Amino acid sequence: MSEPVALKLTAKDFKSDQEVRWCPGCGDYAILAAVQQFMPELNIPRENIVFVSGIGCSSRFPYYMNTYGMHSIHGRAPAIATGLSVSRPDLSVWVVTGDGDALSIGGNHLIHALRRNVNLKILLFNNRIYGLTKGQYSPTSEVGKITKSTPVGSADAPFNPISLALGAEATFVGRTIDSDRKHLQSVLRAAAEHEGSAFVEIYQNCNIFNDGAFDQLKDPGIRDDHLIRLEHGQPITFGKDGQFCVVHPPGGFGLEVRETANTPAEEIVVHDAGVADPAYAFALSRLPGFDLRNTPIGVFRSVARPSYDSVVQAQVAEAKASVTETPEQQLAGLLGSGDTWTIVG
Amino acid sequence: MTKQIRQLDRVVIRFAGDSGDGMQLTGDRFTSETAQLGNDISTLPNFPAEIRAPAGTLPGVSSFQVHFADYDILTPGDAPNVLVAMNPAALKANLTDLPRGADIIVNTDEFTKRNLAKVGYASSPLDDDTLDGYAVHPVALTSMTIGALAELDVSKKDAERAKNMFALGLLSWMYSRPYESTLRFLERKFAKRPELVAANVAAFKAGWNFGETTEDFSVRYEVKPAKMPAGTYRNITGNAALSLGIVAAGVRSGLPVFLGAYPITPASDILHELSKHKRLGVTTMQAEDEIAAIGAALGASYGGALGVTTTSGPGVALKSETISLAVALELPLLIVDVQRAGPSTGMPTKTEQADLNIALFGRHGEAPVAVIAPKSPSDCFYAALEAARIALTYRTPVILLSDNYVANGSEPWLLPDVESLPDLRVEFASAPNGEDGTTFLPYLRDPQTLARPWAIPGTPGLEHRIGGLEKADKTGDISYDPANHDFMVRTRAARIETIPVPDVEVEDPDGDARVLVLGWGSTYGPIGAACRALRQRGLPVAQAHLRHLAPMPANLGAVLRSYDRVVIPEMNLGQLAHVIRARYLVDAIGYNQVRGLPFTAAELETMLEEVLKNV
Repeated sequence: MSEPVALKLTAKDFKSDQEVRWCPGCGDYAILAAVQQFMPELNIPRENIVFVSGIGCSSRFPYYMNTYGMHSIHGRAPAIATGLSVSRPDLSVWVVTGDGDALSIGGNHLIHALRRNVNLKILLFNNRIYGLTKGQYSPTSEVGKITKSTPVGSADAPFNPISLALGAEATFVGRTIDSDRKHLQSVLRAAAEHEGSAFVEIYQNCNIFNDGAFDQLKDPGIRDDHLIRLEHGQPITFGKDGQFCVVHPPGGFGLEVRETANTPAEEIVVHDAGVADPAYAFALSRLPGFDLRNTPIGVFRSVARPSYDSVVQAQVAEAKASVTETPEQQLAGLLGSGDTWTIVG
Repeated sequence: MTKQIRQLDRVVIRFAGDSGDGMQLTGDRFTSETAQLGNDISTLPNFPAEIRAPAGTLPGVSSFQVHFADYDILTPGDAPNVLVAMNPAALKANLTDLPRGADIIVNTDEFTKRNLAKVGYASSPLDDDTLDGYAVHPVALTSMTIGALAELDVSKKDAERAKNMFALGLLSWMYSRPYESTLRFLERKFAKRPELVAANVAAFKAGWNFGETTEDFSVRYEVKPAKMPAGTYRNITGNAALSLGIVAAGVRSGLPVFLGAYPITPASDILHELSKHKRLGVTTMQAEDEIAAIGAALGASYGGALGVTTTSGPGVALKSETISLAVALELPLLIVDVQRAGPSTGMPTKTEQADLNIALFGRHGEAPVAVIAPKSPSDCFYAALEAARIALTYRTPVILLSDNYVANGSEPWLLPDVESLPDLRVEFASAPNGEDGTTFLPYLRDPQTLARPWAIPGTPGLEHRIGGLEKADKTGDISYDPANHDFMVRTRAARIETIPVPDVEVEDPDGDARVLVLGWGSTYGPIGAACRALRQRGLPVAQAHLRHLAPMPANLGAVLRSYDRVVIPEMNLGQLAHVIRARYLVDAIGYNQVRGLPFTAAELETMLEEVLKNV
């Protein structure tokens, strides 16, 4: 095989002619710009890239990408993208969804896409609120959330999207933040390189209905004491001066945060996204509480497992390998199979 | 001893037993032997939804009816001439369908006190007057089978299970059926367990020999081959024919077929069958639910495949929102609904035609689709090809309304020449279609078909976005313009309404009928048989049958208005009649039945005779 030709695309090539209609100040703008700037890196011709979305603010995303795209129906993007990806392995298929779209109405399709390991890059914009329907609580809103539909506070407990994806057998799970373009693109890069489903949760600010939901992770004054930047092969320490670290206490099931100064270096967990047992990544996903302290970002898990697409395509290829007849000849043989009889005229 | 041989022109046999007795297999084999002989055939399986209902009970009875004749027949027969009853439950459940004088072969071994009590027989019907007027043949089927296999190395349980082959052997002898295909079948079926091949073959032969030697069966019957067009035939069920039609549509269009399906009775057999044809480019996906199944199929269509989803009524309800999306996206999509008795779970293994309304109207917004219904098991093949043709040519979802009766019933099928099947090749868009030579307009329509270009991902220069939001004419950009929406809604309606479909044909041999019977889908057989019977009695009646329910044939209004009376028999409460009355202002009379069973020709004949009297 020859070296792929450099396409020399730029962010501009990925901007469609449609006017972007998110609210001014929406976190989606930053994500769109980051994705458009990242896309040329893939060196994939625009016509071989497809963005499929469901319904919600984030799901308007495909209209703004100068690639192929489908804005489908609420929650069903992973199912539609599965059919596309399985039947067209030559395409790079991306799903853009939100916390309501992916985790509420479309929860079933999300978990099954992840379980199958369909070759989809799934970007979940999590703003912990329903934006397009004007401000009801979402399946990632905190308990007690006061919204239009819950005037005295919501009664239901939220999902942790990372935990959910891991429970659904996801082979790639990452998290990033709308405002940190460099980090966002680093996670997209890892996701794009992954064969199979790549699930990326992107914390996204809805400045109209849930403004400041992730401020602790963005405020330069405090963010370093909240964020755990996961880096493969590196000991997990964080804080402005690296004063915190993550350990696996003996006898416990999960991970805990300690002060680095009081912890022997060999007890600090070294991050390994390739750990086969999802329990490790799950434990990472349980570190933060709803105050966003100890929030890991980066790649939680990245393990190899054949994609659903490749297994299905291999079955078809194997079945076709032994064929010597034309499709018409095969069809004639198939129609005439089983017990037949002939009537002579 | 020499047996008398009597010629018959037609026979209806019903095999009935417990769900675990292998009655479906027995009926299938008898049908296959009969096909080999060249009779015309029609079959009707009838089984419970429970895989193994409690043994020996009425709900556990499974039956298979086969009608064969020396002329062309249209139905599996109203009433059996022969009932094979493997236990008291099978006798009790089927006796009311049997006319006096019919032959009843009973397995006496199962007529124990306990089994009789299970179905509420106070005394054995073999000993009291229950069966007076029937020709009863008591046969100790189980014990004779076990006896015949005594020398073989099989367990008592396996020997007992072979009793259906004893029954098949006996019936095959009675009706002079060639049995070579059954012996070959048994060798294939039990290839890995030669002792079972030996046991089943021995049981079959024991049944055959019993018929030849016992004095209880003094007459043997023959039914001569039917005069059928020359060619090669196979016996085929509707679900099998429909599956092959989908495979053929893939071959004739040159497109890969992608089936997204969720298991549901009575459509699952299509998923099973299509999953075997990867060699021919068919990919199947068992999805997580009905919605994902159609979503994946639509995704595949978007990518340039022939997207198909198969289901039954409850699944159609779940798919409704995605069908509307496909209407808005204007992409080809084939939705197969093998109808069953509803509402809700209803009676999953029983037939009904009550999904016509949901097919025609069951979507939000103005969301018209094409609707087609096959009229017989083998017609499912051609109906699938026709549905695919419309979907591909006019870029629209098409609903194919099969039902449990045609899906599981079978009939001989004259194999078509592959080259004679319709050419379904399509052209994908490959270049900009705007006047400036560089712009691509995804909603610029073909003036003839009103179809928009099918521009599949991977085509350079045609990158575009589509979605469920209303689109501006030509550009496909999001549009909330009132005039544009009005235009697009009307255009979507027009593009279905103007699909050219063949005129409806009227069967009225003498041309003097004043009453027209209009049907659709699987009622073709019983209606046709009733009309024939009336004509043979000198009562003129015309028959027309709709294959295309949306759009309807252009000549239908004129046809309807040319008769004094229009009668519409349906296995629902008048769904087609409602449409016909609204659309054509014709005072059609409905005749409706929702018992989960097909019409009998006799009931339709009686009903039509009354109508004819009053014209």
